[in-house]
Formats: sequence, C-alpha cells, structure tokens
Amino acid sequence: MADSNTEQIEQVITDALVTFGAEESAITRDAELEALDVDSLDLAELSQIIEERFGVELTSSDVAEIKTVGDAIDIVAARAQ
Amino acid sequence: MNEVVVTGLGAVTPLGLGAATLHERWAAGVCGIEDGEGRCDEFQATDHFSVKEARRADRFSQLVLVASAEALADAGWGDGLPHDPRRIGAIIGTGIGGIGTIEANDQMLIEHGPKRVSPLAVPLMMGNAGAAAVSMRHRLKGPSYGVVSACAAGTHAIGSAMRAIQYGDATAVVAGGTEAALTPLSRAAFVAVDALSPSGISRPFDLRRDGFVMGEGAAALVLENGAAARARGARILAVLRGYGATSDAFHITAPPADGEGAAAAIVRALEDADVRASDVVYVNAHGTSTQINDRAETGALKTALGEHAAKVPISSTKSAIGHLLGAAGAVEAVATILALRARLLPPTLGLEEPDPELDLDYIPQVARPLELAQDQRAIAISNSFGFGGHNAVLCLEAT
Repeated sequence: MADSNTEQIEQVITDALVTFGAEESAITRDAELEALDVDSLDLAELSQIIEERFGVELTSSDVAEIKTVGDAIDIVAARAQ
Repeated sequence: MNEVVVTGLGAVTPLGLGAATLHERWAAGVCGIEDGEGRCDEFQATDHFSVKEARRADRFSQLVLVASAEALADAGWGDGLPHDPRRIGAIIGTGIGGIGTIEANDQMLIEHGPKRVSPLAVPLMMGNAGAAAVSMRHRLKGPSYGVVSACAAGTHAIGSAMRAIQYGDATAVVAGGTEAALTPLSRAAFVAVDALSPSGISRPFDLRRDGFVMGEGAAALVLENGAAARARGARILAVLRGYGATSDAFHITAPPADGEGAAAAIVRALEDADVRASDVVYVNAHGTSTQINDRAETGALKTALGEHAAKVPISSTKSAIGHLLGAAGAVEAVATILALRARLLPPTLGLEEPDPELDLDYIPQVARPLELAQDQRAIAISNSFGFGGHNAVLCLEAT
C-alpha cells in the first residue's frame, strides 16, 4: 500500500510540475526544483494541489525545505500515512 | 523640454497580428468584427509563449507582450536596448485588467472555497500586470506602471510616457494599452449599462448607430527622446507633439451633450503641440458608435477646431475593430501614425446613412488619399474619452 501511495504522490507532483511548464523528461527524484524553473508561486500552487489531493497541509517552512522533486514526494508520503 | 519621437509600433487587433496589418486591412475596408465582437482570432498564445510564460500572464498581458515585442523589433531594438535600461520605462494602460482571471478565480471560490483560489490570481489580475510583464520581458528598469482610465487609458499612457521623456525621467518608454475583456461578466456588465450595440454593428456617426461593439487587443509604441534616437541613427516614424487631458466632472458614464471637456482636451493638445487648428489634416475620432459619444464628439470638434472642423477628414478605427476599451487609444495612435505615413486615411466603415445632426467629414466607407501641399505637415489628433469623464488627446506629426 505504501508503495502505491508513493507512486500516486509522485504522479500527482509530476503532473503538477508539467502543468507549471517543466519538461516531463527532466523530472526525476534528484532533479532540483530550481533547475526545473519552479519558483515560489509554483510551490504555492503545488501546496494547494497536495492539500486537496492528500489532505497534507504544508507550511511555508516545510516548503522552504523542499529542494528536489524527491524531497517533495518524501515529505508528502511521510505526512500522508 | 526634450522632444519625443516614435520609433517603433506594434499591434494585435481583431484585424490580425501586426501594426501594418491593422492599417492595410482597415484601409482596404476589412472589418474585424464577427458576431458582434472584435476578437483577436489570429492571436494564439502558444505561438508566442512557453507553457510557463502563458500561464503567468492573463490574456490582457499576453496581448501587450506580443505588441511590445513587435514595437521593439520595429524600433531596431532587436539586438539589445540602445539606452541605459534604468532610463527605459513601460507605461501600459488598461480599462479593466485581468478580468478573465478574476472570473475564473471567483468561480473557484464559489464552487470549491477560498483554498482553491490560485496563488497566480493577484499577479495575473492586477491592472499593472501588463506594464510589469513588458518591463520584465525586456529588462526595462526605468519607470513602469499601469494607467487606468477606462476607454482613455491607452492615450493617457502615451501622454504620461511623453511627459516622462520630456522631463527627463526616461530616455525611452514602451507605451501602450491592452484589453482582453470579452468575458461573460464584462459582457453582461456593459449590456447592463446599456452601452453595447444590440445589433452588433459598429457604425460610428451613422443615423442607425446603437451602441459600441466590444473588442480586444493591444498596441505598443516605442517612444524615445528625439536627440537620443537621432544619435543612434533611429528611423523616426513620427513626432509626438502634444498631449491634452481634461475631465468632464459631469457624469460617470455620459459626457455633457456639447462635449465641452473633450473640446478642452483637444484645445490643450494643440496648444501643447504649438500648432493651430488649421494645421490638423486628420482626426482619428474616439467614434464609439453610441448615440451620445458621436454627437458630443462632433460638438467638441466644432468647438475646438472652429471652421476647420468642417474641412478636416475624420474617421473611427472602432468601425473596423470595435471598441478596445483601454487599448483603444494606443491602437488608434498606431493607426493614426501609419495613416499619415501612408498618406492614406482609412474610412469609417458602416457609415451609410449619415445622421443629419452630425455634419462633419467622417470619410464614409472608402479610404481617402491624404494630399498635402508642399509646405503642409502631416499633423493629426487622436481622441479618447472614457467612462468617468476622462478625456485625452494626442497630437502627432508623421515624418
């Protein structure tokens, strides 16, 4: 269950980043959000999507810790359990 | 005071992409209005913007970004800014701003609650977003701001930019206007205030005129300090000679019947330009196709120009593209410059049954060559009047 949940989180985050304009092929766990041209406004939108889909509320200090795509997936997966 | 010249033009209008397209199609008698609205059907955001750029700009900002890019290229700025970026501004008028964004987010608020309102709502809907977008895109670090005065905003923006250059606050300014308000709320609101044409036909100065037709679009002009433009060998398209701005202080949506405030703005623009009424060879009218505007504007022209009013050819761009609200003045300034340069005055389309009370020369239906005597200069005025009683007039001389 945990794995499929993580997959789902990964998919939602990937879809959001693509919507924001990132190249899908560049989105990997290690990819840095800055390199994907994801800025504070994108992260605010991502937080909304995550809260709506998984009920996880990310504070601004949580968001400040997110540097890579993997960071985003992990924090949501940890909180969603 | 510094001289102000126009070195680049750009436009996105219901007649198509590009300033030249606007002039050529309008002069040829093409009407960009379909089903009672002037849409910019040739504009597709994906042709001009990445996914990120497109979703970071409301349509009203997108339109002026495209018009500005054309104007900068036209000015020969394609390879880089020719002046200190801190001395180049962006002043962009709009009537309503990002109303499409407002409506979409209001829908989210009602259907899904406040947590679903987008973090992009504010940066997209704010009335200064067009100016901000142009400033950021071209790294213009001089004065930039939006101008809001309903249907006079584009003209006020150009006038404000002119003053900034004259005074020395800026060496150059990208000035213009933009509007993308063909949305359910603004459409309903203009219907409610009884401003829109029930017939969906824009025919300024015609006896049957029954209101204006809404349009969308944008235009931008590169204005430069004349000495600086000449020093860089720029091609000078026109000299921005004068600007007049007044207020009716009368009624929120109606001018006084005699157009007194509008007349005062015309007089002021001519004084500012240091030209006589008889020097004006063309008037680009506000000409909305509403009963009240076209009558008051005719009165204003008679008051301001005296006997010359009956001799000067006048036409309305809105007959070909509808009323672009806050973009109108900028689009019409572009159209005026190109008409003067081409020595071809585009017509007032749809003017078939003259209103006997409106007895000036409105260039009905067919474009007319502009013939100048050897010592005559190509001087025109462009009028804009907005809800709120805002009147703004430019006096331009094509080179």
